[in-house]
Amino acid sequence: MSVIDLTWWQLSLAAALVVALAICTHIARLQLGKPLIVAAVRTAVQLALVGVILEALFAVGTLLWVSLLGLAMLLFAGQQVVSRQKYRLRGGWSFAIGTLSMLVSAFSVTILSLVVLIGPQPWYQPQYSIPLLGMLLGNTMTGVALGLDRLTESMRRSSDIIENRLMLGETWRQASIEFRRDAMRAGLMPTINSMAAAGIVFLPGMMTGQILAGTSPTVAVKYQILIMFTIAAGTGFGTFVSVGMCAKHLFDQRERLCIDRLKELKSP
Amino acid sequence: MPQLKLETLSIGSLEKIALDVPPGEVICLSGSSGSGKSRLLRAVADIEPHNGKISLDDKEQNKIPGHQWRRQVMLVPAQSAWWYETVGEHFNKPMDEALKVFGFPAEATGWQVSRLSSGEKQRLALIRALSYEPSALLLDEPTANLDVETTNKVEKWLLAKIQKHQYPVIWVAHSKEQIQRVGSRHFEIQGSHLVEREISQ
Repeated sequence: MSVIDLTWWQLSLAAALVVALAICTHIARLQLGKPLIVAAVRTAVQLALVGVILEALFAVGTLLWVSLLGLAMLLFAGQQVVSRQKYRLRGGWSFAIGTLSMLVSAFSVTILSLVVLIGPQPWYQPQYSIPLLGMLLGNTMTGVALGLDRLTESMRRSSDIIENRLMLGETWRQASIEFRRDAMRAGLMPTINSMAAAGIVFLPGMMTGQILAGTSPTVAVKYQILIMFTIAAGTGFGTFVSVGMCAKHLFDQRERLCIDRLKELKSP
Repeated sequence: MPQLKLETLSIGSLEKIALDVPPGEVICLSGSSGSGKSRLLRAVADIEPHNGKISLDDKEQNKIPGHQWRRQVMLVPAQSAWWYETVGEHFNKPMDEALKVFGFPAEATGWQVSRLSSGEKQRLALIRALSYEPSALLLDEPTANLDVETTNKVEKWLLAKIQKHQYPVIWVAHSKEQIQRVGSRHFEIQGSHLVEREISQ
């Protein structure tokens, strides 16, 4: 089976739909026209750039270049986690905790599924490694960002409760358990929901893409299941590590609550 | 019998505070608002960073983990916080006798926390703290939201407990009358240090 390539003028027809939508919202004074167009242009430019980079990377295919791209994706994801926080830890700790937790979860799960489960030759073959890492990082990033945001926001709002629990002689773990539990739940819920609804409510994007590209649905489904499980594991462990580290960092070595280690991000 | 000892304690505007609190004695602490009474108590409970040496008997504060220290040197703040659904879940053990003394019915343990008045919270916070069987007490205006009659009840109950368990106590109080009723000694915060005041009879 061969894939029907898309020509640029066919894509511009799809773009015309977005422009039509923007014009409609503009006429209806919904003030969504401009952000819609900006986002659409960003999609086109960013994806085109990625296409060029991936073409080049597939041509070279060395471990060094795959690792470099992976590192760049990781740092960008760390930045994204920080930018989604209402309250950040002072001194770059939010970035450090976010990046480190994604490193230990998304990267190790990617490498594990490449080496043990899929087994391409060589194991870092960019056709497999980069899309896999990208999907894992994207989902883990969302989980980590949601978890950290919930944790810092709720601990800050309920600092009197935490301090009162400390006064009664509870450890920092006991005093923060409800907040860590809620944060874990906030980080993992999107993944759990999408696993529960997959195939019934929606067809997952990767599977759809593979089927469009001519893969048999059975194979596509197997890959999708693999991806869903690895995403659940990556997101879960990433959120687990980041929430634990962030909560620990909000107490000092005498188990006192240090809420001033958080600073509020000024909204623009 | 535990003895609470503060040596060269510095926190906020307070400098080099020294204070001995013998077992079973109530040291009353007063001072204008913002003078640092509450912060002094928070330092003794090790809930806020501070300098100096604090010990309970031969146990130094920074030689044992923070949560173990706070379990023994129990701070009851002026504003208490409540986090579970019902009152009873916050207690470490059943406190039926104390509830009765304070005029609560036995089913008060099942009350919704969100429906407590500030006066009820204040009394229940004292009961909650004692349910953890501490070795020393730090009380931050424990009767601030109570009427005269209830204040007397709470004072009597606290003094009986303090005598029975020989707690060393630092009690932040405003009213001269209360200091006369409960205090063994009285210190007032002036600037950066404590000045002892006579308890007039």
